[in-house]
Amino acid sequence: MSDVRVAGTGLTPFGNSPERTGRDLFAEASIAAFEESGVPRDDVEAVLYGNFMGELSEHQGHQGPLMAEAAGVRAPATRYESACASSGVAVREAVKRIRNGENDVLLVGGAERMTNLGTAGATEALAIAADDLWEVRAGVTFPGAYALMAQAYFDEFGGEHEDLAHIAVKNHENALTNEKAQYQRAIEVADVLEAPPVSEPLGLYDACPISDGASALVLTSESYAAKHDLEAPVAITGTGQGGDRMALHDREHLARSPAAREAGAEAYADAGVDAGDVDFAEVHDCFTIAEVLALEALDLEPIGEGISAARNGRTTADGETPINLSGGLKAKGHPVGATGASQIAEVTDLLAGEHPNSDHVADATTGVAHNAGGTVASATVHVLEVVA
Amino acid sequence: MSDSENEVHDAGFDNWLAAAEEGDAYYLECANGHGSLPPRRVCPDCGSTDLAEADLPETGDIQTFTVTHVPTPAFEEDAPYATAVVDFGSVRLTGQVVGVDPEAVETGLSVELEITVSETTGERVIGLRPA
Repeated sequence: MSDVRVAGTGLTPFGNSPERTGRDLFAEASIAAFEESGVPRDDVEAVLYGNFMGELSEHQGHQGPLMAEAAGVRAPATRYESACASSGVAVREAVKRIRNGENDVLLVGGAERMTNLGTAGATEALAIAADDLWEVRAGVTFPGAYALMAQAYFDEFGGEHEDLAHIAVKNHENALTNEKAQYQRAIEVADVLEAPPVSEPLGLYDACPISDGASALVLTSESYAAKHDLEAPVAITGTGQGGDRMALHDREHLARSPAAREAGAEAYADAGVDAGDVDFAEVHDCFTIAEVLALEALDLEPIGEGISAARNGRTTADGETPINLSGGLKAKGHPVGATGASQIAEVTDLLAGEHPNSDHVADATTGVAHNAGGTVASATVHVLEVVA
Repeated sequence: MSDSENEVHDAGFDNWLAAAEEGDAYYLECANGHGSLPPRRVCPDCGSTDLAEADLPETGDIQTFTVTHVPTPAFEEDAPYATAVVDFGSVRLTGQVVGVDPEAVETGLSVELEITVSETTGERVIGLRPA
């Protein structure tokens, strides 16, 4: 089975640019990915593209071929939609295609245009990742659903808002040097605790921002990379996906993410590693509590102890397992369809020594990317390793 | 947010809301005793297609809750409001806690079903009133 090499990565700045179309954002990200890879566009055999709310934000369905065109690629193109895990599932499909010999070169990524909807419109658009009949019509918002999980976590395992605040502070700190991040600004615990409430116990600074942005990856087979003498030292060596019931109230656990656990276990086994081998991770921290649930699901923290990881320094940049060195969704931003592939880009760059925060993980050989859809009714996990 | 002139009936769900308004709320029970909510043709736990309506218990206990200050446009006039996940035995339901100050809502509170309406849209909403 062929290793899947990450030959090039490209990200737009994540942030507030309501005037920019999705096609413009994806074009920019793909140009950067092609330039870095040295792979000619003519060699791309398919485009796998993640997007969640294009119908609502741009009145645009059928985005696959549109984005291939924007990237200057003449190849079959498909859009993948799995809420906030849209480009995570696109990456997973690409990995499987290259491994099974179907393709040697793929353009994978995603984009989302969100800020043009405004806060209320984006809140409504994000809410449709939940069960419309039984959750959305009861007034559950996306932050509201995570707040339900946060309260359940506090009730079951303890912890308080101040613990969550340390996660936000850490991720903002990590974003200071990331020029693509939406917020390159330090915050303090008091800022988080004093911010306006969104859905209690979560406040404004517990939530990732509404963002515009795109991500792109040029993935190739090992043989293609060797034949073309590509500089592509990082490979995706493990992939996993998990699923869970759609409505939060139908889950066995209100304070755990079984779909992420399933995805992580599958990805670890696929790569032949375990949680102890993981040097650092990019996890889906759409809300501060989400980072806690992700760490526990990936076995990077014991169940019930993830809440203290940032506060006690275990997951800070100089801690034993740095988490979200990019700034995470919290500070880097979360253009939902772009997020999963952007995490792969960040892990690749960190492992390759090409990231502003690479010095914090100078000896690292293994990184993990965790991407969650909705309230984690879907999740993908990828293991990346330095192989060359 | 539906346009009343073009209102589409969501079979199963709207039937359930109507029954709940009459005090006849139900859940679906499969041949193996798993509970679930309509509309549904297959038990998500075991795949049984033999589903029958069973009476929802009168009261349930709040498992978790939140007070939402930033709503979707459909609940703009309703905020702040408390939303809770309530355990009714064989099934859990999500609804808005009514008849009590949102800040007084707590885990373990016993509630009963009461279908209310959104102040913003007039649409029916699953409500939960302290029992």
